[in-house]
Amino acid sequence: MHLFSFSHRSPEAETLNLNSPRFHRARSDPHRAASSNRSYAQLAATFHRLTFLSVVAIAALIALRNISAAEDERISVYGTAKVRVIPISLSGYSGEAASVLRFDLEIAGFDITDPDKAQYLLSGKNDGGQVEGRLQDRLNKANLLAKAYTGDTTRSQAHALADDVVMTILRVPGIARSRIAFRQDRAGGTGEIYLADYDGQNAKPVTQDNAIVAAPTWVPTHWHLFYTSYKSGYPWIYSHNLTTGERRPFARFPGLNSSAAISPDGNRVAMILSKSGSPDLWVCNIDGTGLTQLTKTPEDESSPCWSPNGKTICFASKINERRSLVLIPSTGGAATRLRTDGISNPSEPDWSPDGNTIVFTSQMGNFNICTVPAAGGVAEPIVAGEDPSWAPNSRTVIFTKRVGGKRILSLLDVPTKRVKDTAQISGSRSQPSWAK
Amino acid sequence: MKRANLLNLFLATILIATAGLGCKKTPKNVTTIPGMQNRAPVSDQMGNMQAGPGTGIGVPRTGAGGSELKPGDIANPIDGTEDRSALADMTIHFEYDRSAIKTSEQPKLDQVATFMKNTPGVQLRIEGNCDERGTPEYNRALGERRAIAGRDYLIQKHGIPSDRITTVSYGEDKPVDLGKTEESYAKNRRDDFVILRPK
Repeated sequence: MHLFSFSHRSPEAETLNLNSPRFHRARSDPHRAASSNRSYAQLAATFHRLTFLSVVAIAALIALRNISAAEDERISVYGTAKVRVIPISLSGYSGEAASVLRFDLEIAGFDITDPDKAQYLLSGKNDGGQVEGRLQDRLNKANLLAKAYTGDTTRSQAHALADDVVMTILRVPGIARSRIAFRQDRAGGTGEIYLADYDGQNAKPVTQDNAIVAAPTWVPTHWHLFYTSYKSGYPWIYSHNLTTGERRPFARFPGLNSSAAISPDGNRVAMILSKSGSPDLWVCNIDGTGLTQLTKTPEDESSPCWSPNGKTICFASKINERRSLVLIPSTGGAATRLRTDGISNPSEPDWSPDGNTIVFTSQMGNFNICTVPAAGGVAEPIVAGEDPSWAPNSRTVIFTKRVGGKRILSLLDVPTKRVKDTAQISGSRSQPSWAK
Repeated sequence: MKRANLLNLFLATILIATAGLGCKKTPKNVTTIPGMQNRAPVSDQMGNMQAGPGTGIGVPRTGAGGSELKPGDIANPIDGTEDRSALADMTIHFEYDRSAIKTSEQPKLDQVATFMKNTPGVQLRIEGNCDERGTPEYNRALGERRAIAGRDYLIQKHGIPSDRITTVSYGEDKPVDLGKTEESYAKNRRDDFVILRPK
C-alpha cells in the first residue's frame, strides 16, 4: 500500500514522486487508499511492533482512517461525536504563513501544541518567496510529507501546505483554498454580492449595484453565481457567469423571486416565487424551460436546497402552523416533514455534499446552527448563528454570527464543534455560500 | 557583415538560453500555486444586464422551449413615479410571524381602497416588511405574504383590479426602527403603501 510504505521512506526518496500522477491518484482517492482490508492488517501489525504505541492509539488511528474510508462510515463517527482534536506542532514559520497555517489547521480539527505534546510535527520555513513544509509523526518518526510551494502569494502557499497536511493525516481533501460568496452590506440598507477566500480574506465585489442583494448560491463546479438583487426595484433572481462577466435576470415574475438553489448536476434551479399568490417552491431547468410549481400552500416556503443525488429538495415552511423543514421529490410529489426532534422553528436547511447531514438554523429565542441526520431524527444545536452553508468536505460549515449591531461570517468544524471567525474589515456580512 | 550579425545574434540567443537553464534550479518537490490572476476578474467584467420588457424567466422567449407564462404574469406595473407620502399614514402592522390583516388595521386598508377608486390612472405598490426575528430568506417570504395579504384584501373586499397593485417584500432589510425592543419590532412588521403615478 502506497501510504504506509511511503511513511517509512525518507521524504527525499519520495520527492520525485510527489508531483507524479501516481502519487496524486493514490493520495486523492480515499476510497482506494483505504479500501483494502490488507492495509488495515498491515497497519495494525506494524504498529504492534512499535511497542510505545498503545492499543488506544491504534484504535484512534483506525477510527481516524475510517473518517475518510467511506462516507457512510464518516457519519457514524459524527454521530458518536468522538472525533478528537489532533495535536500538531508548528515550527519555523513566521508572520502571515504562521497565522494562515494555524487558522487552517485549527478549523480542520487540529490543535496547535508544543512539540512534546504533539502527535504530528510540522516544520519548515517561509522565505525567498516560498513556503516549505515537512510533516513528521512524532512517535514513530515517520516522515509523511516534504514539500515546498512557490508562486502566487504566501497566503496561497500556506493554504496549499495546510491542505496537504489535512490530506496526509485525515485522508480527505482540504478546504483551505476554497472560496465563498456572501452578501456584504453597507450603511443605508443596500449591499453587494462579494467573493472571498474561505477565511474571509481577498474579498472582492461581484456586483456594483448599490441595491439590496440576497441569497448568493453557486452553480456546482462552475465559476458562476445565482443571487437575488433589487436592482430593478423588485427582488429578481440573476444568473451571473463570473468567467465571462455576463449576467442576466433569471427569474423576474411579479412579486417575490428569491432563494435560488442549483441542483448538484447543475441542470435545474429550485427557487421561491410568489407569482401564483403565495411564496411557493418552483423548479425549472437551468435554461429557464420546464417551470414547475412544486408546492401550493398558503404558507411561505423559503430556502430550498438539493440532496446530492438531485432527487429531493429540502426547504422551510409551516405544517399545521408549525415551522418545519420539509422534503419533496424534485420532480414533484408528496411533501413530508423532516423530523428535527428537540428544536423548534427550523429554517435555512443546507444538505451536506456527502448526503448524510442537513445543517439548518433553529430559532428558540436566539438563532442556533443545528444539524440533523438527512433521514430526520434528533437535531443537535451546536452554536449561536444563522445562514449555514456546508463546505465541500461535508465537515466544515460557514455561518452568520450577530455581533453587536453587525453580522460576521464564522466557520464551524462540526465534529469538533470548533468555531473561528473569518477576517472582516468593515460592514456586515451574511448569507454565505460555499463554492462546491 | 549581415552573416556576422546573424551569428552574433545566434550565439547571444544560445548564451541567454543556457544562462536561463542554469538559473532554473527548481527543486523537484516544489509545487507552484496558480495565482488568482488565473481566475476571472469579477467586478471589472460586469456584463450589461439584459433586462428585456415584461417578466418571467430569463430574457424574453418566444415559441417552443420558452417558459410558459400566464397572461397575467406580463403586466408588472413597475414603471411610474413614486409617491411615498400620499398613503404614508396608512401603513398597517402585523403580529409577530403572522401575515393576517388585523381587524384594527382594516380601516386603513379601506382608506387605501377609497384612494385608489378616487384616483384613476395610478398604481399601488404594497411593500411588505418584517422585524429581524427570523432568518433573512424566511422573512423575505413572510414579507411577501404580508404584502399579498394587503393586496388580497383590496381585491376581495373592494374590487380593486389586481393589475393596479404590485407587491414587493424587503424582508428584514428595511426596518424603520433599529431598536431591539418589542416596540421597535412591532413598528417594523408592516405593509407600506406607495403610489406610482404615470411618468
